[in-house]
Amino acid sequence: MKALLRYLPLVLLAVMWEAAPRLNLVDARSLPPLSAVAAAWWRLLIDRDLASNGLSSLGNLTAGLLLGVVIGAALGVLMAWYRPLDDLVHPLVKALYPMPKSALIPVMILWFGLGAGSKIASIFLGCLLPAVLSAYNGARGVDRVLVWSALAAGASHRAVLWEVVVPAAMPDILAGVRTALALSFILLVASEFLIGQTGMGYLISFLGEGGAYDAMFAGVLTVAFVGFLADRIFLAVMRRALIWRE
Amino acid sequence: MAGTEIAFEEVSHTYRPPRGKPVLALDRVSLKVREREFMALLGPSGCGKSTLLYLLGGFLPVEQGRISVGGRPVTGPGSDRGIVFQNFALFPWKTVRQNILYGLEKQRMPRDARLRRAQEFIDLVHLSGFEDSYPSQLSGGMKQRVAIARTLAIDPATLLMDEPFGALDAQTRGLMHEELLGIIERAPKTVVFVTHDVREAVYLADRVAVMSARPGRIKEIVETGHTGRPPPEIVKSREFIDKLDYLWDSVRQEALVAQTEKRLQR
Repeated sequence: MKALLRYLPLVLLAVMWEAAPRLNLVDARSLPPLSAVAAAWWRLLIDRDLASNGLSSLGNLTAGLLLGVVIGAALGVLMAWYRPLDDLVHPLVKALYPMPKSALIPVMILWFGLGAGSKIASIFLGCLLPAVLSAYNGARGVDRVLVWSALAAGASHRAVLWEVVVPAAMPDILAGVRTALALSFILLVASEFLIGQTGMGYLISFLGEGGAYDAMFAGVLTVAFVGFLADRIFLAVMRRALIWRE
Repeated sequence: MAGTEIAFEEVSHTYRPPRGKPVLALDRVSLKVREREFMALLGPSGCGKSTLLYLLGGFLPVEQGRISVGGRPVTGPGSDRGIVFQNFALFPWKTVRQNILYGLEKQRMPRDARLRRAQEFIDLVHLSGFEDSYPSQLSGGMKQRVAIARTLAIDPATLLMDEPFGALDAQTRGLMHEELLGIIERAPKTVVFVTHDVREAVYLADRVAVMSARPGRIKEIVETGHTGRPPPEIVKSREFIDKLDYLWDSVRQEALVAQTEKRLQR
């Protein structure tokens, strides 16, 4: 009952979506009824348009996201640990952080061409800085007595980095990954609007330009749902990994 | 075993806050702690007693003066000096058992011996049944028992304690005193115990070093008149109460000095 109530707003939205174009409250071409969108979604599915474009998108997303968060988190922790690296990199991070990374997509096209490389590079750039900053803040916030306890137990400085600083910073690192995950979807779709002949972003813009608005909405809804699902899954994994926090 | 007598010679330390003026925290402190002695460092808050302990632990660099343990100068942290902190400093992502195993792994103890020894110390501090609990699931007293077990399991010749029972309620603190003294009785160690609790200092220690208000100096050293584990009724003896009164006065004077200085700074 409670779960049902939680999804009630979504159900209401769906009902309104179906009703508004049918009652001619809005133009049915601007907003096709939800049932038409569902039918279009089914056609995209059996024509394998969703599978081929979805898999291509998922591959690029995974590659860019993984590269971005792994390199970003490592850089952030190292910056917090080695002062000279911090002095060198921090001004760059600060300067680049507020910049909308989607503005760099044309630059990536220039450098990596009109293929998967520039999509992955764009996603990588979008995920990098949130991962750097959250890992940096997490590692800086590690209680010094934890580090001292490890050193007094006989750990080397390098061991302390892996065995104390990284796990102690893990809650912040994972929060950064979650932000990066959301950004990766934005950059994925944006880069696919501009680049190449595959991917969900390409499919959406192709269908839109061709006037197949019900199918276009089906593509948009698919991306939104997969993004939502990815966040939920990540949240569950995160809770499991941080079970010690209670 | 190498000697564990501790010598502070003319140790000064300046604390440099990121913003603001440097503060002289310790001013030419000289102090000797004998082998297997229980020495309490007693003083008002902010007198630099914890700083002195961190220098001895090798966590802060000795910039002026000399600190040696068994004749060897302290240059960094080492597993010959175990430390217990006020706020436990347990690894929150490790269970009770994993926390205790960590130091043993660092000592390269074989796996079977490691597990046996961890269990031995878990039993010693009465935490059987909580081996797989995380620190967040334990009470303050239990956390501190894990911290003590973790440090003692490595069997350091010197034990540094930084107000280890300050965060505990009076009842738990009393129990912890007995446990600590019992453990040291079985495996004798040189102990340096930082506290601002006069009663705790007199009850636990062989000698009490009173520190002055900032900049910290050793004001005086007082023999408690007993060594090792005192009989519980000692707290009712004339001598114990006299020592308590005497040290109360000594520390209170310093606390007043510290307060006055704070007011003058404003």
